Amino acid sequence: MIATQTLTWFARHELLLAWRDWASMMAGGRTTRERVVTVMTLGFVGLLHWLAYAILNPILKGGVVISIPALVMLTSTLLLTFSMMLSQAIEQVTRSFYARADLDLILSSPAPAEHLFAVRIASIAFAGFLMTALLAAPFINTAAALDELHWLSAYAVIAALSTFSTGLAVMAAVALYRAVGPKRTRLIAQILAAVIGAALLIGIQAVAVMTYGNLSRIEVLNSDAVLNAAPGVASLWWIPAKAVLGDVSAALALIAAGILFLVFVIRAYAPRFAEQAIETASLSDEKETNSAVKRAFVPRTALQALRAKEWQLLARDPWLLSQSLMQVLYLIPPALLLLRDMGPNAQVHIILAPVLVMAFGQLAGGLAWLAISGEDAHDLVATAPVPERALMRAKNEAVFAVIAVGSAPFLFGLAFLSSWAAGVTAVGIAVASGTAILIQMWFKVTGRRTLFRRRQMASKAATFSEAFSSIFWAGATGLAAAQSWWGLVFVVFALATLALARFISPRP
Amino acid sequence: MTYHNAHHSNAAALEIKGLRKSFAAKPAVDHLSLTIKSGEFYALLGPNGAGKTTTLRMVAGLLKPDAGSISICGIDAVKDPVEAKRVMAWVPDEPLIYDKLDPIEYLEFVAGLWAMDAAKAERQARDLVQLLGLAAHASTRCQGLSKGMRQKVALAGALIHDPQLIILDEPLTGLDAGSARQVKAVLKDRVAAGTTVIMTTHILEVAERMAERIGVIAHGRLIAEGTLDELSAKAGHKTDEGGTSLEEIFLTLVASESAAA
Repeated sequence: MIATQTLTWFARHELLLAWRDWASMMAGGRTTRERVVTVMTLGFVGLLHWLAYAILNPILKGGVVISIPALVMLTSTLLLTFSMMLSQAIEQVTRSFYARADLDLILSSPAPAEHLFAVRIASIAFAGFLMTALLAAPFINTAAALDELHWLSAYAVIAALSTFSTGLAVMAAVALYRAVGPKRTRLIAQILAAVIGAALLIGIQAVAVMTYGNLSRIEVLNSDAVLNAAPGVASLWWIPAKAVLGDVSAALALIAAGILFLVFVIRAYAPRFAEQAIETASLSDEKETNSAVKRAFVPRTALQALRAKEWQLLARDPWLLSQSLMQVLYLIPPALLLLRDMGPNAQVHIILAPVLVMAFGQLAGGLAWLAISGEDAHDLVATAPVPERALMRAKNEAVFAVIAVGSAPFLFGLAFLSSWAAGVTAVGIAVASGTAILIQMWFKVTGRRTLFRRRQMASKAATFSEAFSSIFWAGATGLAAAQSWWGLVFVVFALATLALARFISPRP
Repeated sequence: MTYHNAHHSNAAALEIKGLRKSFAAKPAVDHLSLTIKSGEFYALLGPNGAGKTTTLRMVAGLLKPDAGSISICGIDAVKDPVEAKRVMAWVPDEPLIYDKLDPIEYLEFVAGLWAMDAAKAERQARDLVQLLGLAAHASTRCQGLSKGMRQKVALAGALIHDPQLIILDEPLTGLDAGSARQVKAVLKDRVAAGTTVIMTTHILEVAERMAERIGVIAHGRLIAEGTLDELSAKAGHKTDEGGTSLEEIFLTLVASESAAA
């Protein structure tokens, strides 16, 4: 008899599914390409380490002293990271309530569903750790190599932040579910996630604008008011920052507390998850429109009909809208980072140009993913008397139109500051959006939109390729806005990313 | 709703010659040839995995054949798929429609894809909604509809642009008795008006009652074809009452083919 009652059985099952998804995605359906993909991925990781070296080397040469300003700066960075991890965890946890199709089999079996949820909560924590660690790894590894190995304790801090954020997300989702019921939880949780993800940053930014008339968070954090109010170096508030700076006992205490907290949350809340998933499954999806009485049919060509359909579906998708909002809000930290690096006298248009390119490149990728791959009526569209190229063109035009309308007010405002920067930014947005759409076309998988969200079918290779190409196009645009030829280096990086994405994309 | 197919032509509605399709070197459709006359109601039967859906998906332009030809109302569907699609409609077994559109909006979209005249499309949409018992749900987003209702919306989408050839894969799956009767009546009306209907089904009684000719597929090949009497003669099988049951004929034909294979 198979021991279906055990947690490890569920964990093995989830791990097997995750591994097969990942392997299939990375190999693009071809086992012969696995080795080449691995080599190219390692090359890319090496490149990121080189970038981290260029940034960290001058800082570490001067030596890092544990002082109140350093602790304030590091703690604020960790808080920002934590708020983003919490935001992501709320989104993931809430999604698991509504993953109806995935749960039907488990919930209808005699196996204890709380075991599945326990494993899923743990996997959300693990995924959160992995994503953040992946982004921070080049910096942590480089610091450890340049300075001392104690910098590696930053991984323990990330793990602790992930366990705390996941635990809090579970508590928040369950509380929300009880307070507003299953029907409204999803939307409110998405808004909550977006707000939590950006609230801290926007708060600091608001203080900076109100107090100093600029966007610099550095100025706020280094202000006398903040430094005077900060506790002494020996305070427990600085444990996470000290752990990052190599205090092993602080790191151990933090990770132990995080694990204990997550275990407590899993034990207390996993059984409620099962009950709530069953309640959610009985929800009705019925929603009324007024099309039956509203108007006559609009004469349209096939391409016009396709574009109109895409816009109609996008407008009726609260999940997509909240996700798009989050993408835009998440771009505030890079903007602040740029601001810090470029000093308080930086020209605003040079800062805004890359931020806008990044924001709209990412938005285009998200929209293209849904429009190109998420086709609910695939058979209908494929059997319509319209060439496939025209179908794809209509979908791409629908995405481009959204990007054009969304970016127009920003470009218009930017043109008042610098017409050159506005022009360069417009080109940057178009190229970044086009690249994102191209990547989504290469990684196209046909499936229904609802399944895309609930099962997280998006190819991680496509997501990363798209994110990195947006970053590189943003860098190129920023430097072009500053009229620097160094922007060409970023263009080369962006094209290399595109070539890599094409190489690892699945072939028909 | 009165319907007359204005596009009636002398060419066969569907002519398949030497069609082949393999998946991972395993033949799903194996040198299949088939001719279906214009204005005919044809049922395609076969056990699970026989190659029925693969054949019809190739006809609908959703799969590329490895070899062979497909002609729809005289149009070469392999060489000119867009023109072929203009005169046909495909209804899959799973009703794949847009959750966030209501039935009327869905039909408006389909009309746009087939570049229909807007006024005519609107008229047809409202007629179809009435005919298929969808009027009470015309303003409900499809995400809130039952599977049977969604199946009827998909069928309405297939009918709105007046195709000459309608291909349906298991169209009655998930329908209640009343809805199944509505769908059968609509299809019969269309055939009476000159439209060709090809349908796969596992409900043999439906094929027996509705189809003028029946094709039986096994192992990717057409093993028998004809009217019920012709199939009965081929199977050499009679029931106790002296009548002929399609179920018995079907099982005999498939069993003898399996034994030969």
